[in-house]
Amino acid sequence: MSDDAHSIETLVKTEYKYGFVTEIESESAPPGLNEDVIRMISRKKEEPDWMLEWRLKAYRHWLTLTEPTWPQVKHPPVDYQAISYYSAPKQKGEGPKSLAEVDPKLLETYEKLGIPLREQERLAGVAVDAVFDSVSVGTTFKDQLAEKGILFCSMSEAVREHPALVKKYIGSVVPYTDNFFAALNSAVFSDGSFCYIPRGVRCPMELSTYFRINASNTGQFERTLIVAEEGSYVSYLEGCTAPMRDENQLHAAVVELVALDHAEIKYSTVQNWYPGDEEGRGGIYNFVTKRGLCKGRKSKISWTQVETGSAITWKYPSCILLGEGSTGEFYSVAVVNNRQQADTGTKMVHIGRNTRSTIVSKGISAGQGQNSYRGLVEIRKGAANARNFSQCDSMLIGARCGAHTFPYIEVKNTSSSVEHEATTSKIGEDQIFYCNQRGIQTQDAVNMIVNGFCKEVFKELPMEFAVEAQKLLGVSLEGSVG
Amino acid sequence: MSTPILEIINLSAGVEGKPILKGVNLTIQAGEVHAVMGPNGSGKSTLASVLAGREGYEVTGGQVHYRGQDLLEMAPEERAREGLFLAFQYPVEIPGVNSTYFLKAALNEVRKHHGQPELDAMEFLSLVKEKMKLLELRDDLLKRSVNEGFSGGEKKRNEIFQMAILEPKLAVLDETDSGLDIDALKVVSEGVNKLKNPTNAQLVITHYQRLLNYIVPDFVHVLCDGRIVRTGGKDLALDLEEKGYDWILKQVAVAA
Repeated sequence: MSDDAHSIETLVKTEYKYGFVTEIESESAPPGLNEDVIRMISRKKEEPDWMLEWRLKAYRHWLTLTEPTWPQVKHPPVDYQAISYYSAPKQKGEGPKSLAEVDPKLLETYEKLGIPLREQERLAGVAVDAVFDSVSVGTTFKDQLAEKGILFCSMSEAVREHPALVKKYIGSVVPYTDNFFAALNSAVFSDGSFCYIPRGVRCPMELSTYFRINASNTGQFERTLIVAEEGSYVSYLEGCTAPMRDENQLHAAVVELVALDHAEIKYSTVQNWYPGDEEGRGGIYNFVTKRGLCKGRKSKISWTQVETGSAITWKYPSCILLGEGSTGEFYSVAVVNNRQQADTGTKMVHIGRNTRSTIVSKGISAGQGQNSYRGLVEIRKGAANARNFSQCDSMLIGARCGAHTFPYIEVKNTSSSVEHEATTSKIGEDQIFYCNQRGIQTQDAVNMIVNGFCKEVFKELPMEFAVEAQKLLGVSLEGSVG
Repeated sequence: MSTPILEIINLSAGVEGKPILKGVNLTIQAGEVHAVMGPNGSGKSTLASVLAGREGYEVTGGQVHYRGQDLLEMAPEERAREGLFLAFQYPVEIPGVNSTYFLKAALNEVRKHHGQPELDAMEFLSLVKEKMKLLELRDDLLKRSVNEGFSGGEKKRNEIFQMAILEPKLAVLDETDSGLDIDALKVVSEGVNKLKNPTNAQLVITHYQRLLNYIVPDFVHVLCDGRIVRTGGKDLALDLEEKGYDWILKQVAVAA
């Protein structure tokens, strides 16, 4: 062929379009972590004593832990004393009472990100809680939701306004003793979203949180808690972006979901934290603990994630299937390009009888990216007739990336069934040439092939999110094939 | 005479430094059907790959003019948009990509290239129906992912259906008969014949004569060891069927 310098590595150049920095004055704690910093965070948030006590217990426990080394990722050690644990956009006087009082620069940022809060207020559809660095800047649709008895607010506000609910459920699914990052989060969590759906209420709109890390040298530690009472339903969306910076930033979030009898929670994430540059400089370390408890009979929790960002992803959205006949689902697309590393998967813990779980994981590796699926299916003795189906597919683009699968299966009774299917495919020169020969250029062909590969997951996403996810995938893999 | 659709002049090409085509000459005019036959390893599929621009095939000499343009300078997708269609010997599966979606994307690339408006879903579906009727095909294949889980016959039918939608100026059919039973062979051949018109041309690459009972060529070329050693009418194919390739090879050896 003529001048076809179509080498797979040559065109690895992804533009990260959310990489801008908002020039906004922020108030940050000095780097470092000690009990005084935790007291300061708690004071800033005007928290009750029990909250502070819980944070301090978590901190003291964290001191006894060491960072996990089992994930299939490599990075220089994180200096936890070099991070600032609190950053908030500076406010003049009192905090904003409504969106009208939010700093216009902040709102501009969200508009750039495609989440015009005010617009959203007018157009029916999605209620948004936006978290900028450490604090929540505004929640739309609050009044309409309140009419149905739905609480949707920032975590800080929930701690102040609904302390009984928070106290009852916080740490009930992910205790602060759970793991290193969960303990750290419990000690220093700055904000996040809280959502409570009362009995029998079907939430009339998608609830959405948008997370953004702006300030440099800042960690983001949000904590999200969703409680769905008996017979209720909620669909929740989460999106994340960050500016381009040379240094690594830590994001250690905790998400806890509780579904009571016949309740259903659908939690969708499109994670697009800054992935670092082609050489692997900068990018977010995304060390997240997400877990849902199907506490009630016939309850259901469904996780759908599209992970395209972050330098390192360490994340296992899980379901504890306690209630009889409860259902857990995990649909995941994880993309790594350049030097990105992902170690992600799920845990499905079957405790109740007749519980069911489905796992569909699609890993895509390009550039020198390393992608690991790590999943546990645990069927306890009492989980009679439990059923699990797992499907883990990996796609490789180019010759320098890697895909790894670590499935763990523990079955402690004889009436249950577990199915596991796994495939690894290479995006074929043949497939691309076939598309070329029909007039479709290489980049479009790759998008088409990858989207086809991810179809089973994308169909689980709410419509607008599915469209966004497809576009994001295109951007993430731009230039991954010549 | 008008500009030929395809003019191959002294074409040499190989793979990984190994020469395969060693000076091929071939001219195809509009309205003609040419067959290239030859024993295994003679370079038939290489010829198809070079024409379509498949990666890994190095052209080491010669020229190829396609409708007056330098074909070898064009990217594979440009060749396709300019109306060069390759019906694959082994059509590729693309899991999860709906056949209709794929074909609509392909057609719209061609239309954009020619400055025509893209077809919307409704317009495209009516075109699909029209072509289905023409080829007497069922539309079940279009609901599935591209070639995924298709039988050999279904894959080949799908290639011809794509050809019907894209209306190429030059269709290169690479061993379209391989893996087909006689009924499928008939369906596919009838499709190809219906798509023939005075403004387009077909280059049929095949090992066996039997396909040429259904797609009747104007010219038959015998490719041996990277060269066209004999050109004749449709009767040449019958001679080959009867006497085998050895017969020609011996004649060539004697002549040399």
